Amino acid sequence: MDSILELKNITKKFPGVLANDQVNFDLKKGEIHALVGENGAGKSTLMNVLFGIYQQEEGEVFYKGQELDIDGPEDAIDLGIGMVHQHFMLVPTLTVAENIILGDEITTGLGHLDIKQATKEVAELSDKYGLDVDPQAKIKDIPVGMEQRVEILKALYREAEVLILDEPTAVLTPQEVKELYKIMDFLAEQGKSIIFITHKLQEVLAVSDRVTVLRDGKSIGTVKTEATSEPELAEMMVGREVLLEVDKKPAEPGELAVEVNNLSAQNNRGVKALNDVSFSIKEGEILGVAGVEGNGQTELVEVLTGLREATTGEFELKGNELLNHSARDIKGSKVAHVPEDRHKHGLVLDYTIEDNLILGYHHQQPFAQGINFNFAELEKHAEELISEYDIRPRDKDALARSLSGGNQQKVIVAREFAMDPEFLIASQPTRGVDIGAIEFIHQQIINQRDEGKAVLLVSAELSEIMSLSDRIAVMYEGEIVDILEVEEATEEKLGLLMAGGQI
Amino acid sequence: MFENIEWKKIMKELSIPLLAIVSSFIIGTIVLLATGYPPVETYSALLKGAFGGLNNISDTLLASTPLIFTGLAVAFAFRCGLFNIGAEGQIIVAGLAAAWVGTWTGLPLVIHIPLTLIAAALAGALWIFIPAFLKAKLGVHEVITTIMFNYIAFSFTAYFNLKVLAKPGQIQTPDIKSSAYLWRLSNWIEMHSYLNLGFILALLVAGFIYYLLWKTTIGYEIRAVGSNADAAEYGGIDSTKMILVAMLISGALAGLGGAERTMGLYHNFRNGFSPGYGFTGIAVALLGRNHPVGVVLAAILFGALTNGRNYMNMLAGVPVDLVNILQAIIILFVASDLLFRRMLNYKSEGGQN
Repeated sequence: MDSILELKNITKKFPGVLANDQVNFDLKKGEIHALVGENGAGKSTLMNVLFGIYQQEEGEVFYKGQELDIDGPEDAIDLGIGMVHQHFMLVPTLTVAENIILGDEITTGLGHLDIKQATKEVAELSDKYGLDVDPQAKIKDIPVGMEQRVEILKALYREAEVLILDEPTAVLTPQEVKELYKIMDFLAEQGKSIIFITHKLQEVLAVSDRVTVLRDGKSIGTVKTEATSEPELAEMMVGREVLLEVDKKPAEPGELAVEVNNLSAQNNRGVKALNDVSFSIKEGEILGVAGVEGNGQTELVEVLTGLREATTGEFELKGNELLNHSARDIKGSKVAHVPEDRHKHGLVLDYTIEDNLILGYHHQQPFAQGINFNFAELEKHAEELISEYDIRPRDKDALARSLSGGNQQKVIVAREFAMDPEFLIASQPTRGVDIGAIEFIHQQIINQRDEGKAVLLVSAELSEIMSLSDRIAVMYEGEIVDILEVEEATEEKLGLLMAGGQI
Repeated sequence: MFENIEWKKIMKELSIPLLAIVSSFIIGTIVLLATGYPPVETYSALLKGAFGGLNNISDTLLASTPLIFTGLAVAFAFRCGLFNIGAEGQIIVAGLAAAWVGTWTGLPLVIHIPLTLIAAALAGALWIFIPAFLKAKLGVHEVITTIMFNYIAFSFTAYFNLKVLAKPGQIQTPDIKSSAYLWRLSNWIEMHSYLNLGFILALLVAGFIYYLLWKTTIGYEIRAVGSNADAAEYGGIDSTKMILVAMLISGALAGLGGAERTMGLYHNFRNGFSPGYGFTGIAVALLGRNHPVGVVLAAILFGALTNGRNYMNMLAGVPVDLVNILQAIIILFVASDLLFRRMLNYKSEGGQN
C-alpha cells in the first residue's frame, strides 16, 4: 500500500515549548491509523499543521507523493482532507441535507437553492457508505450518534479522501461506538484513509490498523495494532509502566450512610430533569452512576451538593437531613465534591494552587481566625498536599490556570479528599486527564472507600464505572432505571439500559 | 530566586501602565511640535508645576487625594467583577452629608471628625445601595443603574444645598465647625497648600483595602466571586451577599473622598465641587491595575498632571488642553491593555488544546 499522506520531521515551536519535535507520521490508503498521546503530547498541533492553521518551522507534508504548502483549512478541504471535530458544528434548526451542503450549496441558475437535488445527493452518499442518515430530518431531532454521521457525511460530500476523527467516541453510548467502528471499517474498505485521534486504548485496539504514539511532542513510534497490547501502548504514552487494572479488594460495606428518596428537580430551563430518584450508599461502598451525558446526572450531583434546589425528596447523610441546605452547610457536613467541570466549578483559575486548595474550607479553622487568614497554616497545608498528591509544578504560588489538566484535577482531588469526608461525590473525576493521573485518582477513590467513606461516582466512561464501582445505577431521562451489582453488570446490559432499553 | 520572581511579577504588572505613560508623552511631543510649542520647555514647566517645591508637591497630593478614594472605590468593585460607574454620584452625596453633619454643634473633635467621616461613608454606601441590591438580587446591570444614580445625585444635592442648607442668597452650605475639620498641614508647616490629613487617611484606607482583599476571608470570597462566580458558589460562597458587600464598601470608599473635600479643602458644600473625580477614578483604577498601590501611584500622576497644567500654561503658554490630551492617551493605551497583551503573547497562545 502507498502512503497517501506523509508528515516528515515536523517541528513546531511555541515560545518555551517544543510542541512538535521531528514528528513523523504516515497514512496509507485505506487504513485506519490511530494517533494517540496524552493531553499536550502534540496531537492537536500536528493536526493544525496539517490543516495549515500553524506553519511548521521544519519538516514537510506530502500528499499523494507531492510536497504541499497548506495555507489554511480551506486548502486542506479542497485537497480532500476532512475533519470531524469532537464538538459538532451543525445548525440545529436546519435539516441534515441543508447542513451538509452549507457553504457548498447546489444552485439552479440564478442562485436558487436546489434542495431537491441536494437531498438526493445526500441520500445517495448516505446509502453508499452505509451511514443510515435521513436527509430531511432536522438536526435537533436526531440522536448524537447520527449527528456524528452527518459530520462524516459532510466531509465525504466534499470528497474527502482522508478523514480525521477527533475523539469521536466521547459522546457516544457503547452501542453507538460499535456502530461507529463498523462505519470506519466500511469507509476504509471503500478506500478512504482515516486518522483516528483518541486517548482510549481499547478503542485503538478495537478498530485501528496501525498506531502512532506521541509523547512530549515527539513521535515515540508507530506499531501495527495486531502486534501490540494495551500495556505496551500505555507505557509508550506515559514513558513508564502503567497499572491499567485498578487494584481493588472486595468491598466491605458497613452501616447505611447516604439515603436519597424520591428526589426530583428541574434543569436550568425549568424542565424536569430528575424524576423520583432513590438510592442508598453504605459506608465503604462505591455506587457508580452510568448513563449517557445529559440524563440527569449533572442535576443529581448539583442537588446533593447544594448547588441546585430540589422540588421534592429526601437526602440524609447518617441521619442528618441535608436536602436544599446551602453548599457551605453541606460541605460542613463532610460531603466532598469533585465537580464534573473543573474550570467552571472546581477551580478559580486566577488563584494560586495554595488558594485553590482551601476553596470551600477557607473560612474554617485552622486556615482562618475570624476573617484573618493564618498564612503559615495555608502554606503548610499547600506544601503537604502538593507533595502527597504529587501536584506539579511543586510551587504553591503557581496559578491554577498554568497547570495541566491532570494536575488541576489533582488539586481538586487533594482538596476534597484531604478534608476527610463521610460522603464523597466524584463527577467525571478523570475527564481530560492523562493516564498517569487517572491511575492515581482511581487509587485515591478506592482508598477513600477502603477507609469507610460512602462514594458516589458519576462517569460517562463505562470502563471507569465498571472497574471502580461496587454497585451501578443507570440513569436514563432523569430516572434511575436500574441498579446492578457490579458482578452482574456487563457492558451490553449497561449499554442497553443507558439507551432506555430493558434487561 | 524568590525575590527575583516577585520582582518579575511586579515588572510585568507595571509594563503596560509605564508603556502607556511613555507613549502618551511621545504623542504629546508630536502634538506640541505640530502646533509649534517647544516640548522640552513645556514638559519641564509641567514637571515644575507638579513637583517644584513643597507647595507644588503638596498641591499635587491635594489634587490626588479624592482620586485615591474614587480609584479605590472603582478598583474594589472591580475585584468582585463589578463596574462602579457611580463614584461621581457617591462622592457628591457624601460631600453634602459631611457638610451637614459637620455643622452640628457641641461635639468634641474626637467624636465630630469620625462621626462626619462615617456619615460621608454611609452616604456613599447608601447611594450605591439600590444599584447593589438590584444587581445582587435581580441581576440588573450595575453600569446602567450606577450611572443613573449619578444624575439623581446631581439634582438631589443641588436641591438640598440651595433649598435646605444654604442661607438665602448663598450658593454653598454654611461652613462646618472647626471640630469637624481635617487639619491642613499649613497648621504646622509654613505653606499655602490646603493639603490636609485627608491624604494620610487615603493612604491608610489604601493599606486597609490591600489587607482586606488579600489577607482576609472576605477579600478571598470577593475576589473569587469576581474571578469565577460558579466556582465561588461551589465553594459555598454566597455570591449575592458578596456582591452586596463589595458594592457597599465601594460606595463608602468614594464617600470618604467627598468627606475629604468638605472637611479638609472647602469646609462647606458647593454644587459642582467635583470636576469628575468619580469618572477620573475609573481611569485611575485602570491605570493602577485595580491594585491599591497602583491606584495611589496613578492618582498621584493624575493629580500631578492636573496641578502642573496651570503652571505649564503660565510659563510655556501651552493651553491646558494638552494635559487632557495626555490623560486621554494614557487611558486609551491602558484600556487597550488586552490588545497589547495579545500582540505580545500572540505566539505563545498556541499549543493549548
